[in-house]
Amino acid sequence: MSAELAINAPQVIARKPARKATSESGLVRFVLIGLALSYFALLVLTPLFAVFYEALKKGAEAYFTAITEPDALSSIRLTLMVAAVAVPLNLVFGVAAAWAIAKFEFRGKSLLITLIDLPFSVSPVISGLIYVLVFGLQGWLGPWLQAHDIKVIFALPGIFLATVFVTVPFVARELIPLMQAQGSEEEEAALVLGASGWQTFFRVTLPNIKWGIVYGVILCNARAMGEFGAVAVVSGHIRGLTNTMPLHVEILYNEYQFSAAFAVASLLALLALVTLVIKTLVEWRVKH
Amino acid sequence: MSIEVRNIRKSFDEFKAVDNVSLDVPTGELVALLGPSGSGKTTLLRIIAGLEQADSGEVLFHGEDATSAHVSERKVGFVFQHYALFRHMTVFENVAFGLRVRPRRVRPSEEKIREKVHELLQLVQLDWLAGHYPHQLSGGQRQRIALARALAVEPKVLLLDEPFGALDAKVRKELRAWLRRLHDEVHVTSVFVTHDQEEALEVSDRIVVMNQGRVEQIGSPEEVYSRPATPFVFGFLGNVNVFHGRTHDGWLQLGDARFEVPDGTDARDGAALAYVRPHEIEIERFSPGAKGITAQLQRALVVGATARLELEREDNAQIIEAELPEHRFRQLALKAGETLILRPRELRVFHDHAAS
Repeated sequence: MSAELAINAPQVIARKPARKATSESGLVRFVLIGLALSYFALLVLTPLFAVFYEALKKGAEAYFTAITEPDALSSIRLTLMVAAVAVPLNLVFGVAAAWAIAKFEFRGKSLLITLIDLPFSVSPVISGLIYVLVFGLQGWLGPWLQAHDIKVIFALPGIFLATVFVTVPFVARELIPLMQAQGSEEEEAALVLGASGWQTFFRVTLPNIKWGIVYGVILCNARAMGEFGAVAVVSGHIRGLTNTMPLHVEILYNEYQFSAAFAVASLLALLALVTLVIKTLVEWRVKH
Repeated sequence: MSIEVRNIRKSFDEFKAVDNVSLDVPTGELVALLGPSGSGKTTLLRIIAGLEQADSGEVLFHGEDATSAHVSERKVGFVFQHYALFRHMTVFENVAFGLRVRPRRVRPSEEKIREKVHELLQLVQLDWLAGHYPHQLSGGQRQRIALARALAVEPKVLLLDEPFGALDAKVRKELRAWLRRLHDEVHVTSVFVTHDQEEALEVSDRIVVMNQGRVEQIGSPEEVYSRPATPFVFGFLGNVNVFHGRTHDGWLQLGDARFEVPDGTDARDGAALAYVRPHEIEIERFSPGAKGITAQLQRALVVGATARLELEREDNAQIIEAELPEHRFRQLALKAGETLILRPRELRVFHDHAAS
């Protein structure tokens, strides 16, 4: 079980017998580094640059118009709302699940671990489709929902549900190996010293996993804001109502409003960059 | 405060970890739970602390039933083998933890807490480490901090789970002596778990020898070492030679030799096991008609004040270990290959259940 959990486990690097010392020859190093850098530049840096270039091609004014027009603002608002719902929910669930898995033995534990991974192994479009099949008009709960005048599909609840589903694994996945490695001796020590369950959680458990939580939340947030496939299926693309930023970008692009599309896309790209910076800072903080 | 343990049983699935154990620890005593790994000693300690729930039986503190009391209400101090210091807190905060988590009305003032923590850090002689984090300390220092942290809540009993098990031999020896001095100073009823017989003999007032979830013997270190109650205790504490023989009418037959069975043994007539410590064997040169076990000297090794002899029995080639004072060994001027006569000065006879 621990083997399948250790997603961040260090890889064992099989070394060839050392040549002179332990380093490769200059040529090999040059080729390897060059290859890695050009690959990276071609696949990552160029598109990133293109996004900002295209977004600003028609000038700063056009850029700001594109990101401040009502539909764009509404999509930004919705995206922030989705993240504000999905991240806290998955934070609480992730901590609870990781706690249960790492500190207790119970029936169905391996099933729970598998289920946490499910959203990663299912195509996001399928995840969206599942919700349509369950909550849509022709779905299982459709008639009942309609009778009670509750709209899930092509409305906000559907978008929230789909996003929460897709982002379930991030926090839990980050915490499970961490908490398993830490064991429960510190918690036991706190209990013996007279601490209550809550005191133990807030004073001992939480501080020990806080950087893991931050890391998981960052990744969860990035995915929640950027999710396209699952949300596209359940949203219904109603402008100003159920369009998140990625959906808005698609609509603009399909309408040949390239500058506007890239302007909104640049915001998402910016978010990705900020996320990466925070992530790097967190990693640096953990090491020092 | 005294501890009483009554008829405790605990199983993990099919495995009986603790099998009907009862024991008393009088106020102020330092008691060792000694046994090989898997003997149930740690489980018993955790049951006393409340970290583990017994399947049946009772734990009493000072005559009061604490069996169903939550671990946080038992007022015990617990020291873990791997220290379990809070890694994100300084040494000071670690020691202060037990005071800070008290409900507001019984929580001491910040000033009192600081006073108490420094007092404890002085007691464990590590006051200068107050601002450090656990990962900056050596193993021995961590264990002393863990002890200070446990003492901060003024526990009525102190429970230590293999406290020196993770330390190297030299530090272990120092801390052992230090723990004994500390106990004499604070006098809190203490139980510590160890698999190291030397540690148990050196530190404790009393030793509880455990094996396979049961208590084999309870007694002072002297008693347990020189008057082991069971074959297991004999084998576990110190070196011992085991002879297979038969008893009849108060006599033990070992090959050709016959020895009187000492009083107070349970050996019935039949197959028997005789236990003899290496230093309780009398040795002399073979002479025709001499009574005893005939053996040949294989090897002799002089270490400090004792000579260790390795002998081979003539009748069944069993290897016997014997120890002589160095001067006696020189006096006899024994050489390898010589035939000798061995006579146990002390021997304990047990009925051999396996062979009868």
